Amino acid sequence: MELPRPLVAPLAVVPIPLIEMAVKHVFSSLLKRHPALFERLAEHKVKRYAFSPADLPVVFVVQPSGAALSVMRKPADPAADAVVEGPLFQLLALLEGRCDADALFFSRSLSVTGDMEAMLALRNALDGCEIDLPRDLGASAGPLAPLVSRTAEAIRRRALAGENAAWN
Amino acid sequence: MELICPAGTPAAFREAVDSGADAVYCGFRDETNARNFPGLNFSREELGEAIGYARRKGAQTFVALNTFMRAGHERLWYQAAADAVRLGADALILADFGLMAHVAETYPEQRLHVSVQASASNPDAVNFLVEAFGAKRVVLPRTLTISDIARLAGQIRCEIEVFVFGGLCVMAEGRCALSSYATGKSPNMNGVCSPASHVRYRHDGGDLVSELGAYTINRFPREEAAGYPTLCKGRFDIADASGYAFEDPVSLDVMDQIDALREAGVSALKIEGRQRGKAYVAEVVSTLRKALDARPEERQALLARLKLLSEGQRTTSGAYEKRWR
Amino acid sequence: MNASKPTLTLGPVLYLWEGERWRDFYFRIADEAPVSDVVLGETVCSKRLHFTDPYYQPVIERLVAAGKRIVFSTLALVTLERESHYVRALVADSPYPVEANDLSALALLEGEPHWIGPFVNVYNAATARVLARRGARNICLPAELPASSIEEIVSQTPGIDFEVLAFGRMPLAISARCAHARAKGHIKDNCQFVCKDDPDGLPVKTLDKQSFLALNGVQTVSFTCQSLLAELQDIVASGVARFRLSPQDCDMVAVARLYEDVLHGRMEAEDALARLKRIYPATPLSNGFHHGQEGAAWVARARNIAHGANA
Repeated sequence: MELPRPLVAPLAVVPIPLIEMAVKHVFSSLLKRHPALFERLAEHKVKRYAFSPADLPVVFVVQPSGAALSVMRKPADPAADAVVEGPLFQLLALLEGRCDADALFFSRSLSVTGDMEAMLALRNALDGCEIDLPRDLGASAGPLAPLVSRTAEAIRRRALAGENAAWN
Repeated sequence: MELICPAGTPAAFREAVDSGADAVYCGFRDETNARNFPGLNFSREELGEAIGYARRKGAQTFVALNTFMRAGHERLWYQAAADAVRLGADALILADFGLMAHVAETYPEQRLHVSVQASASNPDAVNFLVEAFGAKRVVLPRTLTISDIARLAGQIRCEIEVFVFGGLCVMAEGRCALSSYATGKSPNMNGVCSPASHVRYRHDGGDLVSELGAYTINRFPREEAAGYPTLCKGRFDIADASGYAFEDPVSLDVMDQIDALREAGVSALKIEGRQRGKAYVAEVVSTLRKALDARPEERQALLARLKLLSEGQRTTSGAYEKRWR
Repeated sequence: MNASKPTLTLGPVLYLWEGERWRDFYFRIADEAPVSDVVLGETVCSKRLHFTDPYYQPVIERLVAAGKRIVFSTLALVTLERESHYVRALVADSPYPVEANDLSALALLEGEPHWIGPFVNVYNAATARVLARRGARNICLPAELPASSIEEIVSQTPGIDFEVLAFGRMPLAISARCAHARAKGHIKDNCQFVCKDDPDGLPVKTLDKQSFLALNGVQTVSFTCQSLLAELQDIVASGVARFRLSPQDCDMVAVARLYEDVLHGRMEAEDALARLKRIYPATPLSNGFHHGQEGAAWVARARNIAHGANA
């Protein structure tokens, strides 16, 4: 499933620093909640990973060791060690280990280039971490937690329903 | 028959147990096991917790120490065996004679399984391992047909475990140096085959080109399902023709043969895939559990959905079917 | 460890060379090649056995008359009942030592002096000692072992001989499936012995036309030819007793003489390598495994680099 256009269009005009601030918040709270990620990444935690959602006009580059994150508008040529490209919902599902990356790759839904060892380490580290975006985001949203969690969960349910349909 | 399931992380381990595994197999985060991939596998602490989790839910834990000890560095393997025994592993899965001898001598009560990497493919070989090291179970190489297995079962003095689903080695396991020929890293010595450190994907026009070390392993046109750049599943040129010289990018699925396997004397069915994610483990284990418990005529419908999770999105019954040879 | 001068062993012919050609090859080896031991017998595919059966008697007589010691090789992959029978019969009846190339032969040979072939996984001294206790007298180590492992195993396993593959395409894999037959449109059970058309293996290239592997029936071998000439003296110093020359479709008598000359210090390794390239021109040489690198690699001026890598 791809993001509907009305949802995507505004991203083209939102200033990059605003997107960056929002995503940075998510990223650093994830890292805080899942320290095991670093242990699994081992030497690969210093690598730069680019995530390029095929249905968004932006690219995210993260470096776990420095909790560093930057956002670039497409077309971008990010300085990254490894790049993964695919629909946003699949990238998020991967983050949570809800989809099997290999299966997505075999089906050509995902494309990966660059340092494959780093990418594999990240994939495995994420998969081992039991990230739960609605729960994790809710935890960092203070008094708004229940609302954030519920909304995120509703979105995820819809997205995953789409994925499962595609699997069968 | 028992269902033996893979886990590369504690998260996958719990999924496997919760999805109906009778036993879960896993390894330490180093070269002592044949899935020595970055970001994968268990620390000592994680293994201890996993074994406890499995126990509470009535499942067993098998620890794979199934690479060959690097000369002069045997301590790494001996320590891994000591720790697995101490943490309460229900069985150790071993391939190296030196390590088998060490375990049989040092921990005579410890249950020892023969890894597929040991390449015990006939009755004399299996009985040797039973007599020499007290092996209780052998994981058979993926080179035998079901009738070969039935014949073997009548002549050996230990349990039989066979692979039924997942990645398919085309070559006799534990006897393949294709990976190290191209990359310097092998399953036997380093616990990796066609390692990610030597893999490169390149886009060439609409094609996806996969490379391993200095060699092109495959080229997938735009709409074609892709595969790992595993050497034995690459596309090569022989004389003037291009094609899959050894095997297509397919994976093994013989779940439609489980009655025949049971009749052949198989005690345990093994799922490959410690390197796959927890979503895969949950999906495959729960489906195969249902299939095992279902009536034969219900199985096909249950199993059909697994195809999409497979390499190349296709499956084969491999050597279990004679014509594969 | 063997304190006497290292010797050369001729490994089994891994390819399907038809009867008379096979016979004439060994006649010439008997008459002219400076090898001490000759390992004879089908190692790759049990379907090939009948091609050479009628020629064993004359070949053995000629080799023995020439003073060569005979060793019988067993199959590397034993799955069928008739293959098990063949190995049992060979072990039971052989008047010569047998080289075990799978676990069944190993099992059957317990208590008798025997050899271990390169298809049995010996990666460390603990394993070598298990095999030595069971009667192994000579172990030809697997092709992928680096020098550091060879040194460690030899030094920690006293009392038996070790052998290293010094010449020949490296055996890399074996399968129940015959890729060679499939490449020519057949399956294994109806293979029509197409592998006999490729006496040095059928080359496998990448899609980008790089030479890569070669098919030999159910076996896959390297495209490159292992050549440990510059390394010979170092390996001798580590205590290895024998060097194996694996027959390829080239002048093996010339190859054996070359290795013998280098072994005895009568020829410089560099000179020998240049000659070896002329004897076996179509196949690039490699020594990567020995230096802990990819097997296909060629490490030039090996001695210096090896020391650097081990430092």
